[in-house]
Amino acid sequence: MFLIPELVEGSTNQKVMTQADFVSLVMPFKDKVFRLAKRLLVSREEAEDATQEILLKLWNNKQKISDYKNVEAFSMTMTKNFCLDRLKSKQAQNLKIVHSNYQEKGSSLQTQLEARDSVDWVSRIIEDLPEQQKIIIQLRDVEQYEFAEISKMLDMNETAIRVALSRARKTLREKLTNTHSYGIK
Amino acid sequence: MVLNNIENLLVKYENAETTLQEEAQLKAYFASDNVAPHLEHYRSLFQYFANTQNESYTKDVPLKTNRRSMYQWISVAAVTILMLGIMIPKVFGPTEQDIKDQELALATYNKTMEAFNLVSLGMNKGKDQLKTLALVSESIEDGRASASRLNEFNKATNKIFKN
Repeated sequence: MFLIPELVEGSTNQKVMTQADFVSLVMPFKDKVFRLAKRLLVSREEAEDATQEILLKLWNNKQKISDYKNVEAFSMTMTKNFCLDRLKSKQAQNLKIVHSNYQEKGSSLQTQLEARDSVDWVSRIIEDLPEQQKIIIQLRDVEQYEFAEISKMLDMNETAIRVALSRARKTLREKLTNTHSYGIK
Repeated sequence: MVLNNIENLLVKYENAETTLQEEAQLKAYFASDNVAPHLEHYRSLFQYFANTQNESYTKDVPLKTNRRSMYQWISVAAVTILMLGIMIPKVFGPTEQDIKDQELALATYNKTMEAFNLVSLGMNKGKDQLKTLALVSESIEDGRASASRLNEFNKATNKIFKN
């Protein structure tokens, strides 16, 4: 038992990342990973699982981590891919029995029911956005990344990102204006 | 003027042309209390962004190294060996041969003790006999004393007879 610290110390000399090193490396962006995961997977538990999975993947590849120039951007890309994969396999599992028209009616019903809690309502509107727009809104408006960083993370050019972001922001404004005027009525 | 500026920023914002600083300006404006009524619907949007920014991941991640787990197994092995070292002599220590030897030794000891007891019993009897012998010798002594008195008596009678 008392051998362990000695041996671990020995291993740091060989430039192997320790748990403390890893935690301090991951600390600044683990919440961002979690929030992106939650944006895509919606449920908190699923987002927590995904975050854990991603941190473990990073930990298992810690020898390679030091080779990456930007661990944070790499992690965000990984999170995006991981969550999209999850969503795909989920969609494959759950056959959609409900017709899409029916779903839309449901959401407009929700509109009326939850118009009052407008902040909560914003998250619902964002949920309805296409996944790519969701990701971009999350990275820009919540996490405040520069366009150059987002373009690296998503492997898209900046113009395409701006177009998608503009679309997302317009949709949000339109839906919020509608909700707001409903609220006044 | 301020309002005009905000409205311009909002247009730029929707076209995704704002910089991060300008977006921060918008956030600050909508976080304040004096938001123009016709812009009220933006408020919840920027508030939402500000709120979600504070959401954090609180779960612990079980980080395990392969090395570390190997060390753990080594320590487990060490403890097991220690335990076995203590347990084995206790459980398997005295073999049947040992037990037999021990029993035999005990039996021999008991027998020897018995024999010694017998001997000592005889010795005690002998001691008693010796006591009677002593008594006998005492009475002999007495006899001798009375015999010497008899001699004195004879001398006395002889003197009487001479006279």
